Amino acid sequence: MVGRHSQISKLLINQVDKMNTLNLIKVAISAIKRNKTRSFLTMLGIIIGVASVISMLAIGEGSNASIKEQISTMGTNLIHIQPASRSRGGVQQGREMSQTLEVQDADFIRENCDKIKAVSPEVDGSGQVIFGSNNWPTQIISGNEEYTYIKKYDVASGRIYNSQEIKSAAKVCLLGQTVVDNLFEDGVNPIGQTVRFNKIPFKVIGVLAEKGDNTFGQDQDDIILAPYTTVMKRITRQTYLRAIVMSAVSEDEIDTASAQIEGAMRISHKLKDTDENDFEIRTQQELMSTFGSISEMMLVLLGSISAISLIVGGIGIMNIMYVSVTERTREIGLRLAIGGKGNDILMQFLIEAILLSVIGGIIGVGLGIFASNTVENIMGWPILITSDAILLSFLFCSFIGVFFGWYPAKKASALDPIEALRHE
Amino acid sequence: MKSNSIIELKSLSKNYAVGTETVKALRDVNLIIEAGEFIAIMGASGSGKSTLLNILGCLDKPTGGEYWLDGTNVNSLKRNQLANIRNTKIGFVFQSYNLLPRTTALENVELPLLYNSGVSNKLRREKAENALEAVGLADRMKHLSNQMSGGQQQRVAIARSLVNDPVIILADEATGNLDTKTSFEIMSLFQELNQNGITIGFVTHEPDIAAFTKRNIVFRDGRLIKDNGVKNISSAQIALEQLKEEENLQEKLELAYAG
Ligand SMILES: Nc1ncnc2c1ncn2[C@@H]1O[C@H](COP(=O)(O)OP(=O)(O)OP(=O)(O)O)[C@@H](O)[C@H]1O
Ligand SMILES: [Mg+2]
Repeated sequence: MVGRHSQISKLLINQVDKMNTLNLIKVAISAIKRNKTRSFLTMLGIIIGVASVISMLAIGEGSNASIKEQISTMGTNLIHIQPASRSRGGVQQGREMSQTLEVQDADFIRENCDKIKAVSPEVDGSGQVIFGSNNWPTQIISGNEEYTYIKKYDVASGRIYNSQEIKSAAKVCLLGQTVVDNLFEDGVNPIGQTVRFNKIPFKVIGVLAEKGDNTFGQDQDDIILAPYTTVMKRITRQTYLRAIVMSAVSEDEIDTASAQIEGAMRISHKLKDTDENDFEIRTQQELMSTFGSISEMMLVLLGSISAISLIVGGIGIMNIMYVSVTERTREIGLRLAIGGKGNDILMQFLIEAILLSVIGGIIGVGLGIFASNTVENIMGWPILITSDAILLSFLFCSFIGVFFGWYPAKKASALDPIEALRHE
Repeated sequence: MKSNSIIELKSLSKNYAVGTETVKALRDVNLIIEAGEFIAIMGASGSGKSTLLNILGCLDKPTGGEYWLDGTNVNSLKRNQLANIRNTKIGFVFQSYNLLPRTTALENVELPLLYNSGVSNKLRREKAENALEAVGLADRMKHLSNQMSGGQQQRVAIARSLVNDPVIILADEATGNLDTKTSFEIMSLFQELNQNGITIGFVTHEPDIAAFTKRNIVFRDGRLIKDNGVKNISSAQIALEQLKEEENLQEKLELAYAG
């Protein structure tokens, strides 16, 4: 009789050769449920890792986006000319001291550069503004009638000064909202009132719309705007400009516009071919990319910190899986004895690790979103949760589950059933 | 060779290498086990009982000789094929039960069938329930294994060994952790199962326990030195009743002394 059944046995062996993956998932789930505390501790590393990746990226992306947005509120086609800071006799001179920009440079650019839509001289000064018994330290900025267009200021009420008032250096001004708030009682209309800036009386003809803080944290509403002629003649008492500000015809034409400006300025300043520029041209786009790269660097930094925490979480999974292989040696021995194959054990442990990291990942995503929103609400930081960040951290933690689950699982699957059953 | 033999060992040997020495755990063992037998495997500690049982259960491979199980020559099988044999033809009962903790009796019994994709969910549940009924735990199916007594746990383990309709149930000192009364209960269960046609191989130290089986084989230093049929097989059920009577008597006596 020995040998007679061998056909049947072979058939049987082939038939049961493939262990149902669904059954393995069931086995893994019940193993996780059986060890709730340990499973939770295993997940904790991943939960914290994913949550920190998501919230750090949200904070990083958020500040990145808000910096870019703020810079663009200052006007994306803005071009700026400043006097070059250069050394004379070995002494480095500050910008304020180099007196190279004059009103006629602005006029020359207006006449000769067709890629420029608007040009304005810019002069500023600081001082004390007084109305009645209130006084407030602030800054006066000035330009021509195109200045508000170039620097993206809106007039909320009243009007901007006209060319007649510029020509006559009229003592008129517009106030930023912060100045209004600090000088006037509620309900008092500032328009038509007279304020004194450094003892010089200015008639208020308009109020500027609120702009908020700029990228550098400066309050853009803490200003007084006046004709540049008035400021040059009565406040700074200089014929030199702090800067010339311009708008290119479009964002795409900024580079050609700056080239035109450079040519025009060299002619206007009568520079020889061998002379260096005595001015500097800055575009808003340069500023944006400088700031963009700084905040991207910060993003990378935050990202790497949180990636490290994810890896630490992964090592936590490996650690606990590894310990649990030792702790569950008898269980593994039993499973092998009742017919589990090495591969089934490998899969069970791997599925356990993956399930733990995926569930931990989902909880982590939820916690990360919650934490980001809390930061936004409490600290007032801008946040931005991108689907990329969620996807990235999620894939990363599944990968970590497989990667760090593999080794202990492999170890479990190679156990000798007799040895394993004897394990105390 | 009789036509209903399910296990046949031909001059089987097993050596273990321990350092530079070789331990001969089994030497030239010849044995035939037929369907329906109930064998006690006996011998002193270290005589090779567990080694034999592990080989019979396809957990280990012999060093020499042949092992035929239900028509298959086990010597030639690979690790995974051995796992399949264990899954479909062998039922194990261990001294320390080896149940999954915090898991219901039913789920514990279902476990072997989970590793057999040929068994549907419904069939698995059904077979596990039947096995638990057969060991007298129909009313304990949803109980957690770690909330049961030793005897109950061993019953669950026996149900688990039954659930895949094995060719043979192999038990290594299955009563070793139990008190006398519970041991007798388990033996009574084994006798009942055997009467229903299940083949059982049972390792034990104790002659009392061996007396409940039909055939005793004895090992010494890895050799099979004795192979007897049991002449007057005791009934575990009767032994159990006697034990209970004695206990009652003892109690009455104690009461009498106290009174
Ligand atoms: N994995 C192993 N490596 C080395 N030697 C082993 C191994 N397993 C068993 N042995 C040896 O083989 C011999 C038989 O051991 P076995 O476990 O079969 O004895 P046993 O009859 O079951 O004893 P006990 O009644 O104490 O359980 C012993 O000398 C033992 O030391
Ligand atoms: Mg033993």
